[in-house]
Amino acid sequence: MKEPSAALEQAAYGGSRVERSNREVAAMADREYKYGWTTDIETETIPKGLNENIIRMISEKKGEPEWMLEWRLKAYRRWQECVEPKWAKVVYEEPDFQAIRYYAAPKRRPQLNDLSEVDPTLLETFEKLGIPLEEQKRLSGVAVDAVFDSVSVATTHKDILAKKGIIFCSMSEAIREHPDLVQRYLGSVVPPGDNFYAALNSAVFSDGSFVYVPKGVRCPMDLSTYFRINAADTGQFERTLVIADEGAEVSYLEGCTAPRRDENQLHAAVVELVAHKDATIRYSTVQNWYAGDKDGRGGIYNFVTKRGKCLGDRSRISWTQVETGSAITWKYPSCLLMGHDSVGEFYSVALTRNRQQADTGTKMIHIGRNTRSTIISKTISLGQSDNSYRGLVRIMPKAENARNYTQCDSLLIGNHCGAHTFPYIDARNRTASVEHEASTSKISEDQLFYCQSRGISPENAISMVVNGFCKEVFDHLPMEFAVEASKLLSISLEGSVG
Amino acid sequence: MMPETKTAPKQHYLADLAGVPMNGRPAWLNALRADATARFQQAEYPHVRMEAWRHTNIAPIVNTPYASAIAPTPHGLTRNAVGDKLFGGDWIELVFVDGWFAPDLSRLSAMVPDMYAGSLHEVLGSPDAALAEPHLGKVLRGENAFTALNAAFLRDGALLHVPANMVLQTPVHLLFLSTGRRERLAAHIRNLLILGRHSQASVTVTYAALSGDADYLNNVAEEIVLGENAHLDYCKIVNEGASGNHLAVTECLHARDSRCRAFLATVGGRIVRNEHRTRLEGQGAGCDVGGLYLNDGQRLIDNTLHILHAQPQCDSRIHCRGILNDESRAVYLGKVHVLRAAQKTDSNQLNSTMLLSDKAIIDAKPQLEIYADDVKCTHGATVGAPPPELVFYFRSRGMDEATARAMLTRGFAEEAIGDVKPEAVRDRIRRHILEKYGAKRLG
Repeated sequence: MKEPSAALEQAAYGGSRVERSNREVAAMADREYKYGWTTDIETETIPKGLNENIIRMISEKKGEPEWMLEWRLKAYRRWQECVEPKWAKVVYEEPDFQAIRYYAAPKRRPQLNDLSEVDPTLLETFEKLGIPLEEQKRLSGVAVDAVFDSVSVATTHKDILAKKGIIFCSMSEAIREHPDLVQRYLGSVVPPGDNFYAALNSAVFSDGSFVYVPKGVRCPMDLSTYFRINAADTGQFERTLVIADEGAEVSYLEGCTAPRRDENQLHAAVVELVAHKDATIRYSTVQNWYAGDKDGRGGIYNFVTKRGKCLGDRSRISWTQVETGSAITWKYPSCLLMGHDSVGEFYSVALTRNRQQADTGTKMIHIGRNTRSTIISKTISLGQSDNSYRGLVRIMPKAENARNYTQCDSLLIGNHCGAHTFPYIDARNRTASVEHEASTSKISEDQLFYCQSRGISPENAISMVVNGFCKEVFDHLPMEFAVEASKLLSISLEGSVG
Repeated sequence: MMPETKTAPKQHYLADLAGVPMNGRPAWLNALRADATARFQQAEYPHVRMEAWRHTNIAPIVNTPYASAIAPTPHGLTRNAVGDKLFGGDWIELVFVDGWFAPDLSRLSAMVPDMYAGSLHEVLGSPDAALAEPHLGKVLRGENAFTALNAAFLRDGALLHVPANMVLQTPVHLLFLSTGRRERLAAHIRNLLILGRHSQASVTVTYAALSGDADYLNNVAEEIVLGENAHLDYCKIVNEGASGNHLAVTECLHARDSRCRAFLATVGGRIVRNEHRTRLEGQGAGCDVGGLYLNDGQRLIDNTLHILHAQPQCDSRIHCRGILNDESRAVYLGKVHVLRAAQKTDSNQLNSTMLLSDKAIIDAKPQLEIYADDVKCTHGATVGAPPPELVFYFRSRGMDEATARAMLTRGFAEEAIGDVKPEAVRDRIRRHILEKYGAKRLG
């Protein structure tokens, strides 16, 4: 008779489960991208390539004032001097910046006053993406600004917001209608020459969202933007600017998808947040750009600069991101903690599979007294992907009593993927307290065994373990997004080990 | 703005290299040197735009035209004069002055038959050169312009060979003294430690300055080869002079089941970089790297620790502590790299730094790069001052603040050295801690 302990061992480590989980990993790796279709909609584009004339053309098409054009041209000149960053742990073919179309917009676009005037095909597209603009119009839920290729096509709930004095519109509109605010804040957090991709974005950005919450106003609903790349050979360069004036509070969500194509497409966005005294900004992202097929063909290059400035005392900026898409991700949402007692937070789940590569993390720069920051990063690697956390915590000499706590956990599923952690800690003040913890492991056999012994299938068991692993981050997402993120995660793990 | 290191001159080194005689040396050695010279000519000097040197600005070293010590000069020292740097007792002690072996200061009487401890330069000129051939220049992979330069000169240093199955009871001390009698002298020191299978040894390497304020450079490369099941206790104490610089790369290659317990103590020097690389290339091998850096003034100490897990079931542990005062600066980089084959890896690292001044800077980079899924890897880093609660506790028991702080600081440092062996080495490090953080010093 077989010893019971041997039988247990067989169950825990033996061939059958491993084989099964291998099959599941393979099945999951084969799963196709749900948002891979394109919309046949007539688009208005400009020639490929980048030079000063193209920038003039973009600016002209958008009917921008002279100062904006000057700003773009200055950024373009800075960009020409910039060198593409090479330090990230990602391998890719350098994009040919002259082969990209820097502007594409759905045609037939007179001034829209109402959603009913939006091209029905476009609305259908957004329905398909699960953004019911029509419904949103009626239900007081989330105010949505949808960006299709390069331009913003519809913004909902504007009236309700306007009553409170909140400005939520596309960037182009803001440039026209609120030039004083745009001039004051644009580039104040991410200067045009900040880095290679920020400079490129500053030169060619086509649209994006603009949010201004006036003094003491608490935004009554979550604001949301949905980004969609549709046309071939285009890059998407949106620019988002969120300003919370003294005592204001706002929660902002963004989501993104793109069709399947064999070529790589570039997405280089810039997001700037400004929080004045006592203001709070929560910024959540669920990123699901097309990630390329299982052999790593195609997919979006996601090179994004996101930064928030806690300008006033007791201000607070919180970044939450769920990253499941993109062939290459290069993204470090950061906080400049300038005001005394200001707080920065970063919660992130990054899942990579197939041949995806992600190098993502955050920067917390403590400048003011009693500033605090928390970093929770969870990375999950599957297939042949590479997933890195890279984060900087810097305590400047004047930042008395600054506190930081960092936790990075990595989960490896399958043995062809990689998980890496590259934290940087620069402390220049002796009252600083900086703690960093990291761990890397696979899903514990014990946990799986426990679940299975209670009749839960291996697939569900893994899903449970992974969801539990990410819970700390999901807890910080607004309700709707938490559901979406959880769903995205289970889709990624569907028919697999979690 | 810092001076550009990319275009810094190399001629002074190349001119000195041309003066090194080639005759009387085996052909493989001349080939190795020529090869390294070519690599040096091509290599850029390390600069802060390189990721591995991002926080370590060695422009002051690169831009100083050091003259290389290509031949020994009479040192005129006696054993008594350097007595406080020696351990005495039954130790095997090899003393080097400005990079060259000084037999009259050394003590080799405790040597046992079959083992070899002596000058690398001498061995390479003798038929015993075959001892070094399979390993010399072959272990070191982490190369930069300075290690290439070290191999190009390949003058003197220590060679230790412990044959298979020998348990060396007597500890070995390699003492490198810098006299500072010649301004701007560069010593290119090369050490090779070979432990055969099932052997055991304990080696302490000390770098110390004899006098004052001279500006010099110790460009050190060390190669350690551990045979199957070999055990090594390795301790390095860097106590260079106030203007002395130390750039070192140590690489330790592990065969199956071998273990190395290493400890790096840095107490003196203007710019010190200890790059300690471990390659666990045999199943079941393990290493334990400890470190303590005590820094003050405007000095810079960089500890760069790499551990490569290439085979399954290896374990590694890093525990590095530092105390920074005044305007000093320290860099800590701990990188654990786990290859796909290295399943069942168990690794943890911890770096803790205490800042005693608002102008001191620590850059800590504990990194993990992992490609195997069945591993247990953790790392942690902390930075902070002595907690006020603890200071309060001491004060409430009638101790003044200076004493309280000094005791807490010493306690913090002592925790790092608990495992250091042999005892005499631990006592010596403890003496350095006391010298720096006695109550009066911290006020």
